[in-house]
Amino acid sequence: MEHKHPVEAMAGGQGQPPVLQPGYTFATITDKISAIVLTRQTPLGWFVGVGIAGMLSAVLLYAVSFLMYQGVGIWGINHPIGWGLAIVNFVWWIGIGHAGTLISAILLLLRQSWRNSINRFAEAMTIFAVMQAGLFPLLHLGRPWLFYWLFPYPNTMTVWPQFRSPLVWDVFAVSTYFTISLVFWYIGLVPDMATLRDRAQNRAARMIYAVLALGWRGSARHWHRYETAYLLLAGLATPLVLSVHTVVSFDFTIAIVPGWHSTIFPPYFVAGAIYSGFAMVLILAIPIRHIYNLEDMITDRHLDNCAKIMLATGLIVAYGYIMETFMAWYGGNLYDKHLIWNRMHGPYRALYWALIAINVGFVNVLWTKKVRFTPKLLWFVSLVVLVAMWLERFVIVVVSLSQDFLPSSWGIYIPTRWDWATFIGTIGFFALCFLLFIRVMPMISIAEMKSLLPSSEAKAPLESES
Amino acid sequence: MRPPIYGLVAEFDTPAEIVAAARRAHEEGYRKMDAYSPFPVEGLSEAIGFHKDNVALICLVGGVLGLATAYGMQYWINVIAYPTNVGGRPLHSWPAFIVVCFEMTVLFGGLAAAFGMLAINGLPMPYHPLFNVPSFSFASRDKFFLCIEAVDPKFDRETTYKFLSSLGPRMITEVPH
Repeated sequence: MEHKHPVEAMAGGQGQPPVLQPGYTFATITDKISAIVLTRQTPLGWFVGVGIAGMLSAVLLYAVSFLMYQGVGIWGINHPIGWGLAIVNFVWWIGIGHAGTLISAILLLLRQSWRNSINRFAEAMTIFAVMQAGLFPLLHLGRPWLFYWLFPYPNTMTVWPQFRSPLVWDVFAVSTYFTISLVFWYIGLVPDMATLRDRAQNRAARMIYAVLALGWRGSARHWHRYETAYLLLAGLATPLVLSVHTVVSFDFTIAIVPGWHSTIFPPYFVAGAIYSGFAMVLILAIPIRHIYNLEDMITDRHLDNCAKIMLATGLIVAYGYIMETFMAWYGGNLYDKHLIWNRMHGPYRALYWALIAINVGFVNVLWTKKVRFTPKLLWFVSLVVLVAMWLERFVIVVVSLSQDFLPSSWGIYIPTRWDWATFIGTIGFFALCFLLFIRVMPMISIAEMKSLLPSSEAKAPLESES
Repeated sequence: MRPPIYGLVAEFDTPAEIVAAARRAHEEGYRKMDAYSPFPVEGLSEAIGFHKDNVALICLVGGVLGLATAYGMQYWINVIAYPTNVGGRPLHSWPAFIVVCFEMTVLFGGLAAAFGMLAINGLPMPYHPLFNVPSFSFASRDKFFLCIEAVDPKFDRETTYKFLSSLGPRMITEVPH
């Protein structure tokens, strides 16, 4: 909750749409957002969504149960491609999470007050996306029930993790990212839980929100410490969001596989993560603001800004592709050259050209104002971007492994129905978590939205008084 | 001896009014008081005489502790408890320890900031006398409150009441324990 410039935020400036439509007061903001959870009738779309997401979650449960019973052999993984869809999905999901942290932490430090209306649900998106991401390496372990072997703990085998391995770094990076995201999100929720506690008519709801509010009463001393803590968490989460995908990229770059062993990976992974994350933010925001009539709070300005960030990071990713190809030629390494040739002409060439067409070519439609200001078009572009980013990870993981140094050990990986079931299942589980979240928690931060109002400034009348 | 009531609370409509009122009360010599608002109002904590908090220090201590724990743990595990020769590299390969050191600094620092803030705020606190005031539920919506507590040496039911009414509040309520 930074100090913002509410007047600017309202006016928009330079002919841009405002961040919050005029006409709201502290009371109407509170009532509008809390009503979604407390009093308004749940829209039919929500029930349909929960139905579909619930069925897909059941598919996930089934796929995971069979995996536990049978083992990872039900997936299409083989030699040489030991990392199939599981790692593709892991990288894809964790990348999606990055936009939430970028919105909540980096944009807070940069005093981008427009973030106040989208940070809450973007943070929730982060948490749920990291939950899906975390599933994949665990399931890929082979014996997932022994996952705790990854952590350093005193055990009767007297075996300890090897800290020179990037796979161990990844365990620390992802678990820290999840924990800090969760704490950041919850600390942001505490004042809003107090608001819901005070508004709820239903006794059970009041009790639950009271417990979650921890007895928050809005004391000036509390707010002072709260703002310090919030800013510190943002400061800590900022390097964290840049580091997580960097560490994920280390999983690849530390190995000597052609196509992985490259210094371009960390920045290119981080840009790709933010790119796909903003696509997911738009995928969620556009239907939500329509179904819940939140166009006043999640305005065209928000969609426009998200689209611009997507365009900027998308072009960084495109630069990464160009550099990768250039370096393969300029570096003169036979295996690197072969890798690029294999991407362009090998068995997976269709995927490579599709992702180049989208991430280098198609993404440029975001330069036009018409696309950025037409929610339906923007939603479609975001969906295409998410598909392209998934293909990018597929190309990185699978194509590199399929043909490395030794032609006698080349191979082909074709995902099985269990690979697909697990992937589709996590999309359903993600959607289910998200739908439950918007039903029971305020999806827009009530307290932070109030700071956008010009009347939240205490200064002006005081000066005239003296 | 415990005073018969917790204090007197005055209700205001705008951030500007509450800041002005808090400042007046501080000038008047009241110290055991607190202001309540639905969102952080700039200058309000300063107006009641609260300037510095220790959250940043707690965060720093947490972060340093995390860093020390991470380095110590990796050194002990990779050099002393379970030395493994990986391609002839030194056991004490400190550059490889940087990532985990960074992660645990952020983890400990972040948890210290969040839970430290809650702890010095005295939260969770399920009961507080102010929750007895019916209109206080609007402190989380659109109203602003200034409570002068009975433990303040200057507190006197009548003079404090008079002082609070001079600030032009919507309403003044006695807060039972």
